[in-house]
Amino acid sequence: METQVLFAGFGGQGVLLMGQLLCKAAMHEDLEVSWMPSYGPEMRGGEANCGVVVADEPIGSPLVTEPDVAVLMNRPSLDKFESTVAPGGALLYNSSLIDRAPKREDIRVVAVPCNEIASELGNARVANMVMLGAYNALTKQRPGGAGSGAVPNWMALRPISLESLVYALRATLGKEKERLIPINQKAMEAGARCV
Amino acid sequence: MAKMLMKGNEAIAEAAVRAGCRYFFGYPITPQNQIPEYMSKRMPQVGGTFLQAESEVSAINMVYGAAGSGARVMTSSSGPGISLKQEGISYIVGAELPCVIVNIMRGGPGLGSIQPAQSDYYQATRGGGHGDYRIPVLAPSSVPEAVELTIKAFDIADEYRTPVIVLGDGMIGQMMEPVDLPDELTRQLPAKPWAAGGRGAKPDADGADEGRRAIINSLYIDPQVLENHNIKLQGKYSRIAAEQLLFGSEMVEDADIVIVAYGTVARIVRSAIRLARAEGIKAGMIRPITLWPFPEAPIADAAKTARVFLTVEMSAGQMVDDVRLALNGARPSHFYGRTGGMVPAVRDVLDQIRRLAGAGQSPAIKEVLV
Repeated sequence: METQVLFAGFGGQGVLLMGQLLCKAAMHEDLEVSWMPSYGPEMRGGEANCGVVVADEPIGSPLVTEPDVAVLMNRPSLDKFESTVAPGGALLYNSSLIDRAPKREDIRVVAVPCNEIASELGNARVANMVMLGAYNALTKQRPGGAGSGAVPNWMALRPISLESLVYALRATLGKEKERLIPINQKAMEAGARCV
Repeated sequence: MAKMLMKGNEAIAEAAVRAGCRYFFGYPITPQNQIPEYMSKRMPQVGGTFLQAESEVSAINMVYGAAGSGARVMTSSSGPGISLKQEGISYIVGAELPCVIVNIMRGGPGLGSIQPAQSDYYQATRGGGHGDYRIPVLAPSSVPEAVELTIKAFDIADEYRTPVIVLGDGMIGQMMEPVDLPDELTRQLPAKPWAAGGRGAKPDADGADEGRRAIINSLYIDPQVLENHNIKLQGKYSRIAAEQLLFGSEMVEDADIVIVAYGTVARIVRSAIRLARAEGIKAGMIRPITLWPFPEAPIADAAKTARVFLTVEMSAGQMVDDVRLALNGARPSHFYGRTGGMVPAVRDVLDQIRRLAGAGQSPAIKEVLV
């Protein structure tokens, strides 16, 4: 089984980091991962995205062209990637900055007011962690009822624990920034409650 | 040691350090910039030398000098920069010096784009510069394999006294995957009695080194002497071809359709083959890991059982020539490619496989270059 996830937003919103944290958390749980960024001549404020594949078998193509889950942090990302989500997939969008609802009806859609929640927590910079928490909570959901059709990929792969995400965060921040762990963890927990 | 999540470019650079590389000369170009960036930080930590040259031409000639003095040395660039290095590479070949050259390919020709491509296959596998020569070319399809092949590149370079190319594309350079880095090299590196170590490096019985100088040279004015030199080089290439071939073979035994692909494209093909097999189409893959030497015999062997071949590349069709030479007309050979930095999607490759599966014995499928 594998899940393909696309993280997209403005450069500076931490979308590449979200993908890396997911990879490190999945590695911590002995899953296979690949992380592929868009790379171009953009600078801060330009488009940024990365495709992550998480699998319990060796990964074939690391390219994410039809994501099982799209995690979209700004309006241009929604406009660009909504149509690419696999049928039966899921879309999480940052409703603080995105002023329209997604149109797709064949996918699961979750609104996450990332920036508002982050501001309430007292640190606007953890908006991406709010979203990562929401993503993590989403992947813990399982289909309800018997015979409800094919299980979408994002539900089929065993979910990663929040503890592993915190582990990944700790490994990434290092000793110097360890004091930032609690606020980031709170942000993930608040995001999880949006799902 | 726990696996680390590393970018391909950084993993290649760290692998080089652990292989004993202590000199790096380069000039910036996307999508390989993390290699020199990483080396600029890492070389001083291990007592090595990092130098950003004023151009690729300078960088490759610094490599020439360091290699001539017996160092493990590397340079890296992308297409346009590798073109600039060709004169130096030919000289290094002529002088029989070991070095590693990394090319993280981008779309061409000209400045082209910075997105991934495989259009430097001809340049890499046919020598690239002037003169009769070949260079071993190693093509990783994952970040862990890039680590393994970078280390191997240094060993092949030393063993045969030749430049070795590690050929990746923008995807390999930019993507992150978990890697298990080997420990710092502890084994003894091969002695280099031919190296120019400076006066006194090769003292004779009297302590003088006159007459025992190492001459690093690629100029042979006498035609017979140069022909002898060429015969020696060709003998070396025959040995490399016999001893250093690497390829992967996946589900080829019962395959009706055999796909030939290398590097990251092989990953895309692997995913397409899984889907094709799920539909009952017997597809398999031969993945050249060394592009030169090329796995001719394995492809010819597969032609005894497979019905049709498909080569997939991020180019207008370069490796497909080698596939055709290997097949020698035994089976139909088709091609699918994208260029300019466009990457084939799994679905596109699957469609090509389906078309070939539906075509029965008919060799009438037209070649496609989308």
